[in-house]
Amino acid sequence: MANAPDTVQFSALSTEAIRTGGTGRRRRSAGGTRTLMLVLLPAFVVLAVFYFYPMLTVLIAAFNDPQLGWQNFQWFFGQQVNLDVLGRTLLISFWVTVICVILAFPFSYFLTVVTPSTRSFLMLIVLIPFWTSTVVRTFAWVILLQDSGPIGAFMKLFGVDSLGIIRTPTAVLIGMAQVLLPFVVLPMYATMSKIDTRLLTAARSLGARPSKAFVSVYLPLSLPGVASGALLCFVMALGFYITPAMLGSSRDAFLSTLIQGQVQGLAQWGHGSVIGFVLLVVTLVILGVAGYVGKKTGGSVQDMVGGSKA
Amino acid sequence: MNNEVRPLTKVLLSIVTVIIAIWLIAPMLIVFPISFSGDPSFQFPPRSWSTRWYESFFTNSQWMDALGNSALIGLLVAIVGTALGTIAALAINRSTSRLAQTAQTLMLTPMIVPPIIAGAGIYTFFLKADLVGTIFGFVMVHVCLALPLVVIAVNASLSGYDRSLELAAASLGANRLKTFFTITVPLIAPGILAGAVFAFVTSFDEVIVAQFMVSPALQTLPIMMYTSVTRTTDPTIAAAAALVLAAILVAFCLYQFVVVPLTRRSRKQQVSE
Repeated sequence: MANAPDTVQFSALSTEAIRTGGTGRRRRSAGGTRTLMLVLLPAFVVLAVFYFYPMLTVLIAAFNDPQLGWQNFQWFFGQQVNLDVLGRTLLISFWVTVICVILAFPFSYFLTVVTPSTRSFLMLIVLIPFWTSTVVRTFAWVILLQDSGPIGAFMKLFGVDSLGIIRTPTAVLIGMAQVLLPFVVLPMYATMSKIDTRLLTAARSLGARPSKAFVSVYLPLSLPGVASGALLCFVMALGFYITPAMLGSSRDAFLSTLIQGQVQGLAQWGHGSVIGFVLLVVTLVILGVAGYVGKKTGGSVQDMVGGSKA
Repeated sequence: MNNEVRPLTKVLLSIVTVIIAIWLIAPMLIVFPISFSGDPSFQFPPRSWSTRWYESFFTNSQWMDALGNSALIGLLVAIVGTALGTIAALAINRSTSRLAQTAQTLMLTPMIVPPIIAGAGIYTFFLKADLVGTIFGFVMVHVCLALPLVVIAVNASLSGYDRSLELAAASLGANRLKTFFTITVPLIAPGILAGAVFAFVTSFDEVIVAQFMVSPALQTLPIMMYTSVTRTTDPTIAAAAALVLAAILVAFCLYQFVVVPLTRRSRKQQVSE
């Protein structure tokens, strides 16, 4: 995926994923609803039985397990521990998004100014972690960040006895940001590569200082890519499970970890379900708000998320 | 691309980029030296060297079974997922129905909704339906998770697809089935191939839903690795991680240097025609 068409292909990946409305162009005529439904039947039977049905049971169980009523919601919102986990999930996802955006911006911008071969090489570097198994990557961070790891040994030279990063929120942040950075770089680069840099030249020839031209011309034009990368990053971060569980302590649990513990560990089906319900609602609210803001500001969600038309 | 970036800015940008690149890549490479460590702790750099973790991996039937299961499930997911996803992508792409967009959104849901929610539901569903620890259950669930990636990959290859070629074949007397296999499939083959690779990798790495489906008799490789970090601290994981990473790098190179050039060539051909 080293050059433009493949980047577009990837950004289509994020675009399609959050496509919400019926705005897609429908081309050509070759079949009405009935043909469509018939052809899609096999895929949808599998999806319905092995994905949507199980998910639906979770959402329903939030209201009726063990009996009909609000007791699961009362449990979730009545326990400070749960609210802490919800707050932590949102907070860490927020900081991961901030870190990723701050790192991805200069990286993506640099991609647009280097020669094509350097760009291909840097794209490879972005994509290799995207392919690598999360467990393997997180295992590597466990080795690196542990007190007896290379970073710890290096810090000992400066008189720091114990690094103390592993099993803290800092370790979770470092690990999650590395996993999610590619998802921010790709839509950002897709948008930036389409910005007409002559606009910057025009701004400067009209007397703007380069920094001023950058802030008032380039930055606003790159915002759709920034927004889509940030949105994708935040939504994906909310559902993280492996990284917080491997790099954080039990006090750094995410909502996902809590669900697993309630369902599999404590056999509290109703409790696990209500957390799943909350997680889903939070995710959908964020997507909905992003879609609404996108519409208000002229772009639809798919433009924000993809940054480009595939 | 005209780049009027001042030299100083460019130097600063390159430094930042190099640091980010190292941060992205270096952590993974550490897996290779650690897998040849002689100590049971993950001390780095290792004090002694050995191949004992590889021996332990290849002689331990639990790890080998897990590897076999993961490979088999991944392969079946690639086959089933690619078939279902390709047909669905073609149908959605061609349909004039209003429902097509809804169908597309539904198919892509597994990418956006946190997998743990479906995972929790699958746990009780599989307990009731007696599907825990079955290859069939695993494959079906992983197919659902892989479908969005296949659909997207095939869709991308359809974006440059010239439908008039099909009409030409039809006007020359080919029936629909023949047109499909001699015109459509070869032209979107790179997208299908990419979808198959994505589907395999998705299944081969999957932990979150898998932990609700494994049984003592049926473990998968990522689950073994995950539990050996979080619970059992079995250093064999170092060898397993190195092998997985090597396999993924091979798959990645295959994709990068075979599938991508193929895509480019077929695009060029279409343009020149």
